[in-house]
Amino acid sequence: MLPDDRGHFGPYGGRFVPEALIAALDELDAHYRKAMADPEFTGEFERMLREYAGTPSLLYDATHLSAHVGDVRILLKREDLNHTGAHKVRNVLGQALLTKRMGKGRVIAETGAGQHGVASATAAAYLDLECVVYMGEVDTKRQALNVARMKMLGATVIPVTTGSRTLKDAINEALRDWVTNVDDTHYLLGTAAGPHPFPAMVRDFVRGIGVEARAQCLALTGALPDAVAACVGGGSNAIGMFHAFVPDESVRLYGFEAGGDGIETGRHAASITGGSHGVLHGSRSYLLQDEDGQTIESHSISAGLDYPSVGPEHAWLHDQGRARYQPVTDAEAMDAFALLCRTEGIIPAIESAHALAGMLREIPALRAELGHEPTVIVNLSGRGDKDMHTAGEYFGLFDSGEVIG
Amino acid sequence: MTVSVAFEKARAEGRAALVGYLPAGFPSVAEGIAAVKAMIESGVDLVEIGLPYSDPVMDGPVIQRATEQALAGGVRTRDVLHTVEAVSGAGVPVLIMSYWNPIEKYGVDAFARDLAAAGGSGLITPDLIPDEAEEWLAASDAYQLDRIFLVSPSSTDERIAMTVAHCRGFVYATAVMGVTGARDSTSSAAPTLVSRVKAAAGNLPVGVGLGVRSGAQAAEVGAYADGVIVGSALVSALADGGLPALRTLTQDLRSGLTA
Repeated sequence: MLPDDRGHFGPYGGRFVPEALIAALDELDAHYRKAMADPEFTGEFERMLREYAGTPSLLYDATHLSAHVGDVRILLKREDLNHTGAHKVRNVLGQALLTKRMGKGRVIAETGAGQHGVASATAAAYLDLECVVYMGEVDTKRQALNVARMKMLGATVIPVTTGSRTLKDAINEALRDWVTNVDDTHYLLGTAAGPHPFPAMVRDFVRGIGVEARAQCLALTGALPDAVAACVGGGSNAIGMFHAFVPDESVRLYGFEAGGDGIETGRHAASITGGSHGVLHGSRSYLLQDEDGQTIESHSISAGLDYPSVGPEHAWLHDQGRARYQPVTDAEAMDAFALLCRTEGIIPAIESAHALAGMLREIPALRAELGHEPTVIVNLSGRGDKDMHTAGEYFGLFDSGEVIG
Repeated sequence: MTVSVAFEKARAEGRAALVGYLPAGFPSVAEGIAAVKAMIESGVDLVEIGLPYSDPVMDGPVIQRATEQALAGGVRTRDVLHTVEAVSGAGVPVLIMSYWNPIEKYGVDAFARDLAAAGGSGLITPDLIPDEAEEWLAASDAYQLDRIFLVSPSSTDERIAMTVAHCRGFVYATAVMGVTGARDSTSSAAPTLVSRVKAAAGNLPVGVGLGVRSGAQAAEVGAYADGVIVGSALVSALADGGLPALRTLTQDLRSGLTA
């Protein structure tokens, strides 16, 4: 069972953090293990997910889209219908509940576009925790609406003005806060990355996605799917979808990274397919770096995938050949975004559109490999309301001079 | 030259050693070298050269800005090694302080080899704990380099014992829970931490860092620690007042220890 006791997935994961944080990580690990074995905790977590977040999310038989594509059955895991509009609510509720259990009263979080920040602020409001969100100054300007959401929910938003002033610098600043205030503060990390136990813990909080999808697919079709697909930035929705299927060898796992303008342009966020081995934000994995090991800025039309590294379990699944990782360009993702809007009346997050685009691209090869019509599950990790400004500009939907806020 | 030379010299003079940090490449590679030399002439016993890194999670604003400026100026890992080479003949041991990824990217063994060839004494690793350091333990043994790991007020006795057992040269005690940066008062947690570390460290010197900015504070810390580590205050002095201010502060810190 991975990871090992020290958080290693093969050569990946581990803890590359200041010694000052080790005691807190050990404490977190001990509490998390005990909590996951305690029916009182898991029961309360399940109750919150069911009654507050709206899970299990639907597994929707996308017959219109399937008919449009032809000779395929596409099932969509509707994480976009969860409270706050994405799979992330599972992780934040799990960690916030664990924070209460540890007797801490304050959570800090990093956010890029603001989705994890809004989810964290939501969980903090629901469970009566103080919440501070670090957000790159550049992102606070690009995502003013999400800043307002976080403030409405009672969180304090701190713009980060160091480094590139984006997500990775927000993580650095959150780590600095944590090392200073670790006694009363939990760092509510937003993805299945970071130092042990975060990759395993976040995975365990979001793995309900795959557990539900597996059971729902069996109930709906009488069989396991031939493939499941998810987008991969830090990798939390993908590991949540994959984990329950890893032992099912007949089920192909596809992780689609943000290919930006194309891997060959250097402007992308594809850590596995376009990066190399290294250490960032506390764990060893794949990352985007220059020849001196300095982090390179990632690029993607999707803010949620715009991160220069990836969770260590994905690095391991890639090296084992268990999951297949491929880049999807901005243009491919936006085509899929439009297609889902028109065929099914569902506006997906641009992140999730990467998963759909990649799966659509792979269906002919998959059909040939299988020799029959494939059944595939695509994780619709989030809804696209937040992306309408980007989509409106991309598709030229705004009259010139019109102010969108 | 191993860092023990510096601690033995200071001990013989009945005082704590002064450890001064500056990042390489700040404000430029050549000016950074001149600054380190000025710091040595003004009385530091041991030098830490910072390797500028894009994601310095242990550093406060002063060192963040300086290393950002160094990176923006195009500093490379080889410039850091060049800086070590340029100052290692000045009579005091020279360490590199670096986050782990640049070392891993360079190649751990190759970095150890080139650091030793440049006359460097060893490496301080703020985000590498001994638990993950297998390759560095082997390389530092192969090239006889000092290896300085950190302990903190939150470290358990077990972790202090384990960390100390893997250190060579000295142990770096981070006096406060937090990032680098000068503070008005030194930490009350530091004396307790130092006595806990000393109980485990035997004869290994204990250096205390994070927060010291004046001769008076240096004297306070030097009363219970073997080494007083100063970083942000020196970087601020260099940034705001150039070499004269750097010399003045270094002399003040050193006289605090001698008094």
